[in-house]
Amino acid sequence: MSQMTDMRKMEEEWLRTERLPHVWCPGCGIGIVLNAFLRAVIRRNIPKEKMVVVSGIGCTGRTAGYVNVDSFHTTHGRAIPFAVGIKFARPDLNVVVFSGDGDLFAIGGNHFVNAARRNHDLLIIAVNNFTYGMTGGQHGPTTPTGAYTTTTPYGNPDRPFNIPHLAISLGAPYVARWTTYHVNQLQNSIYKALNMKGFRVIEIISQCPTVYGRRNSMRSPMSMMEYFQKNSVINNKASYEEMELTYNGKIVVGEFRNVGGIPSYEERYEEIIRRAQE
Amino acid sequence: MTEKHLKEGYYFWSGDVAAAEGAIAAGCRFYAGYPITPSSEVAETMALRLPQVGGKFIEMEDEIGSIAAIIGASWTGERSMTATSGPGISLMNENIGLAVMTEVPLVIVNAMRGAPSTGLPTLIGQGDLMQAKYGSHGSYEIITLYPNNIQEAFDLMFDAFNLAEKYRVPVMYLLDGLLAHMYEKVYVPPREVWEKKIIRRKRARKGQLPYQPDEDMIPPMPLIGEGYNIHATGLTHDERGYPDLTPQAQEELVRRLNEKILKHERDIWKVEEYMTEDADVIVVSFGGESRAVKAGVNLARKEGIKAGMLRLITIWPFPWEYITKYSADYIVAEINYGQMYHLVREYSDNDVYQLNKMGGEIHTPEEVLKRIREVSS
Repeated sequence: MSQMTDMRKMEEEWLRTERLPHVWCPGCGIGIVLNAFLRAVIRRNIPKEKMVVVSGIGCTGRTAGYVNVDSFHTTHGRAIPFAVGIKFARPDLNVVVFSGDGDLFAIGGNHFVNAARRNHDLLIIAVNNFTYGMTGGQHGPTTPTGAYTTTTPYGNPDRPFNIPHLAISLGAPYVARWTTYHVNQLQNSIYKALNMKGFRVIEIISQCPTVYGRRNSMRSPMSMMEYFQKNSVINNKASYEEMELTYNGKIVVGEFRNVGGIPSYEERYEEIIRRAQE
Repeated sequence: MTEKHLKEGYYFWSGDVAAAEGAIAAGCRFYAGYPITPSSEVAETMALRLPQVGGKFIEMEDEIGSIAAIIGASWTGERSMTATSGPGISLMNENIGLAVMTEVPLVIVNAMRGAPSTGLPTLIGQGDLMQAKYGSHGSYEIITLYPNNIQEAFDLMFDAFNLAEKYRVPVMYLLDGLLAHMYEKVYVPPREVWEKKIIRRKRARKGQLPYQPDEDMIPPMPLIGEGYNIHATGLTHDERGYPDLTPQAQEELVRRLNEKILKHERDIWKVEEYMTEDADVIVVSFGGESRAVKAGVNLARKEGIKAGMLRLITIWPFPWEYITKYSADYIVAEINYGQMYHLVREYSDNDVYQLNKMGGEIHTPEEVLKRIREVSS
């Protein structure tokens, strides 16, 4: 009991409690992800002034507004390049991009791809709720084929991103996927990634009962969580095909890539400065 | 490792190189950009020179990422810049709005080329004057400067960075296809002379909220990594930086964002008045075009026509007092269909005439002379 109270107190120091209650709907999964993130950060003993959180626009984009550290709510899709500017200018800071699937992979897709390729030293917390929640539930770059949304009233003809596959193909040194059901694995994954260098990507499948679940036979938060529980399969060695998400199908989760020793962009630039000043 | 700074002396530079060197001399230590003609040599110069002085250069995936990166870097306290042209400046406009709303000092070089769209990539245009102020959505003020020679392209960079820092606002630094690629001699004074010109960002008082303005309407800027727990958002916000989505908060914030510039416009204005004292007709011009206008005015004077030139170095906020102070007729010479013409007409009690080319070249002195003759007969 006292341990829980201690954790709560420590977490509250990391939250702008005067801004609560938050904007997220009852049953939303983003709070679970934020909770896992804060616990991992507290376990890592990262000083608050050394942590920066950058978000884009959307439901998950509101996260930056609740964390009590230097935090930036930027423009739609541009959280990653904004974070690149901070990290490259101040390599001693821990810079975390906390944003949603539409923000990071549709409008911000070009930035994700190129920042991963350059291996910027950033931790990307990508909350994937299969939809554009803030605007009322349109289909996005991660909506499974066949799913019903306000802009796919006859089912989604589009094909979703396979985010771990994408990140691995770009050389990201750490790539994992969990759901909001996997709270401990998620927290441990963030804890591990916080201590690594380079472009680290953690995708979290999260429930949006309000605008996604209710159009896809999962009206309540519980029914979405039950779907995650029943359909998730942990497989760290999953093939790219197995990582693909299908409508109401299996969700392969795990730590798909974890390699050290790849120099980050920021580290490589130190050598550039050295050469320029020879 | 030793930093390599510019030495005193004469240099033979293009406008792009001079702007880049001027920026570094003025303290710029962070550049993010994407190549585009005719601004690419700014990036090339920064890539070569910034690491020599301990600065950072990054070539981003596009112009949107470039300006996002310099906004982020500026929050760490670095004087930050990007450069672009034509389609690139159009792409940057959304984040110019973010920088205005979150009050982030930046310098954005825009080497104007023939437009719209891909237009004339290697040739002059002056079609981005209205866009410089009105390009992003919403009602806001920024600062826009525009040199007309290569020495000035170097010198004016000090003003650009100082004004950006002083007013916590993006400064649009205009060049054009002519100035960007034209070479002239530039004198660089000793480092201890130019370093004195640098005005540093003011620091917040203890307990001052991140968006709590001083009496000058400008809030001192807290920096990342110093324990301020900054929150910045493009949403309408209160003095803590927290979203406040009410008409009252909008009224207070947007008025202040505009007025912190307009109330100090006389501090920002820079113009060149050439033979305007007794002039019956004044040609208003700026940038590359003003070089031909001056020659045209000289030709008119030889014919006994009392002509003068008013060269706008500050484009925004518009130096309207230099229009109202004269009772002359005006010709507005610009390489577009007519943009600053509308501003001059707004403030002039006399006749205002146009002299336009759509882009690709400036007027010849003879064309300027011909127009002066027409309006003064």
